[in-house]
Amino acid sequence: MPEFDLRFTLFLLTNGVMIGLMYALIALGFVLIYKATDAINFAQGEFVMFAGFIAAGAAEFAGAPFWVCALLAVGGMIALGFALERVVLRPLIGRPVIAVVMATIGLAAVLRGTAVLAFGAGTRNISMPIPDDPIPLGPVTLPPVEVVGAAVSLIFLAGFTWFFLKSRTGIAMRAVADSQQVAMAMGINVRRYFAFAWAMAGIVSALGGIVWGAMLGVDNQLALVGLKVFPVVILGGLDSILGAVIGGLIVGVVENLAAGYFDPLVGGGTKDFVPYLLMIIVLMVRPEGIFGRRRIERV
Amino acid sequence: MFHRESGVFKTSYAADMALYPLPIARWTVAAFAGLFILIVPLICGDYPISILNLILIAIVGALGLNILVGYTGQISIGTGAFMSVGAYTAANLVTRLGAPFWLALPAGGLMAALVGAIVGIPSLRIRGIYLAIATLAAQLIIEWTINHVQWISGGVQASVMIPRPSVFGIRLVSERQFYFFLLFFVVLALVATLNLVRSRVGRAFIAIRDQDIAAEIIGIDIFRYKLYAFAISSFFAGVTGVLESYYLGIANYEQFQIDVSIDYLAMVIIGGLGSVLGSVLGAIFVTLLPIATRLFLESFGGLFFSNANLLNVIPNLRLVIFGGLIIFFLVVEPDGLNRLWRNIRNYFRVWPFSY
Repeated sequence: MPEFDLRFTLFLLTNGVMIGLMYALIALGFVLIYKATDAINFAQGEFVMFAGFIAAGAAEFAGAPFWVCALLAVGGMIALGFALERVVLRPLIGRPVIAVVMATIGLAAVLRGTAVLAFGAGTRNISMPIPDDPIPLGPVTLPPVEVVGAAVSLIFLAGFTWFFLKSRTGIAMRAVADSQQVAMAMGINVRRYFAFAWAMAGIVSALGGIVWGAMLGVDNQLALVGLKVFPVVILGGLDSILGAVIGGLIVGVVENLAAGYFDPLVGGGTKDFVPYLLMIIVLMVRPEGIFGRRRIERV
Repeated sequence: MFHRESGVFKTSYAADMALYPLPIARWTVAAFAGLFILIVPLICGDYPISILNLILIAIVGALGLNILVGYTGQISIGTGAFMSVGAYTAANLVTRLGAPFWLALPAGGLMAALVGAIVGIPSLRIRGIYLAIATLAAQLIIEWTINHVQWISGGVQASVMIPRPSVFGIRLVSERQFYFFLLFFVVLALVATLNLVRSRVGRAFIAIRDQDIAAEIIGIDIFRYKLYAFAISSFFAGVTGVLESYYLGIANYEQFQIDVSIDYLAMVIIGGLGSVLGSVLGAIFVTLLPIATRLFLESFGGLFFSNANLLNVIPNLRLVIFGGLIIFFLVVEPDGLNRLWRNIRNYFRVWPFSY
């Protein structure tokens, strides 16, 4: 193990926090869908990738400025969310879990193939209108892309927390998540809120696609970010927005520390391995996560 | 399979559970045996036989996964990892100890079964999507371990060369020889699965799938049988991995990644959950799909795409068709190809008097 170095550790920690917040943004899309519709979206990474492709593609083909690209990505993902809910997910309501899981896995394959067919296989860049110089913060410096990504995540996480607690639509969505039958009896149009949930996941994925695309570049490898969603949401609890933030922070910090200290020993790849190890432990000890609701099954 | 019965005249449970529902079924099986043992190797060239070999390998894996997903109702996204456990176990036995295939093959299967049972332990506490995510974690962790532990994965690129097996002193070199080798194991797997699912164990699996709490109340030890399901399914997966490595002559972690797990899940779903015939049909379908896509695009793709683009288009179009078919079957025909086949049979059962 390399010698303990305060600066290095601090760098890993702050970097982990930033990355963790960005994970939380993607995990939020997953949580929104699970919270409202009880469906597991295995295509969350592909959503993010697809949004990145839309934004990068708009900049490349039409030369659109950044804000137009971002709006296009958000609009496109909302439309995609609505369409997918109608065509794929709605017929599967009430079917076993594996059907929904498999459908989103199929969806992931379709999105990955379509994105490359439509936009080409090369890696693209999304350039945000921000300076490139690292931002100094005490003893460490931070890349501006990560800072912007983390800020966007925080704003949206706060926004969605408010949305679920206070707004009429948000309360209706919580009611739907709690019990579809009771919600129907109260005059809530359950299907409409299912569609809303997918559209909202689309918005979040669009933002995730832009910030992650700006950081990593846009190609079909961007979808691999989605693999980090599972540790994040399992740690935090599948149906908790706060859980997504905490889970994201834990995964971000742990994987950065692990990568910083263990990668030289085992030859790389710790980043992809440690979050899942952590997740397995949580699954064994407390499957519903830190903030998740414990489900009581009645016979 | 192709006969038309005039009604159901079974009077005992034994008759209901029989492998051959009617005497004529024996003739169907005999006809199939004749077709695949005598006629197919005679009329097929090397290329069709090589495709058949891939299908045969896939059938073993699909049968195994169907035992777990289709019959026991436990989701697993870790087939690829279990296959790799089997493959690397056999590869190491063969290259280090010079083990013959009849030792390496079951050893690979048993090792995979052991790992599978360990992965199955959380299934007592968690189910549904949590189990799916846990098996996904197992897939990634096993993949990482094999890739990073030199002792298992050997030299460069985490790949181990495996010499072709010899049977009764004959080294299997040609596609045709391998065809018979694989066919033997497929028949073995088919008979084993058919017998397993109508045994006490198989019925326990089905009870757990249908309603696990009810199953526990009538005295089925859920934990034990779930572990059995994981172990048996992983044994099949391990054997599949060994067969594939023998066939390709190499065990490489890239051939057992997560997309392989998804391929096998697709076979089981497209073919039909909880059906032996469905596993076979699904394996055929999913194996042929990329080959058909490639053939089609190589012949007609030039009309739509430039040659440079074509190399890029083929794998991605395959992904789109593959994912689209999974969704299509889930939405339109959840019971898969097996159900389509049953519908056709039921139609002809009373044909030409349709009511």
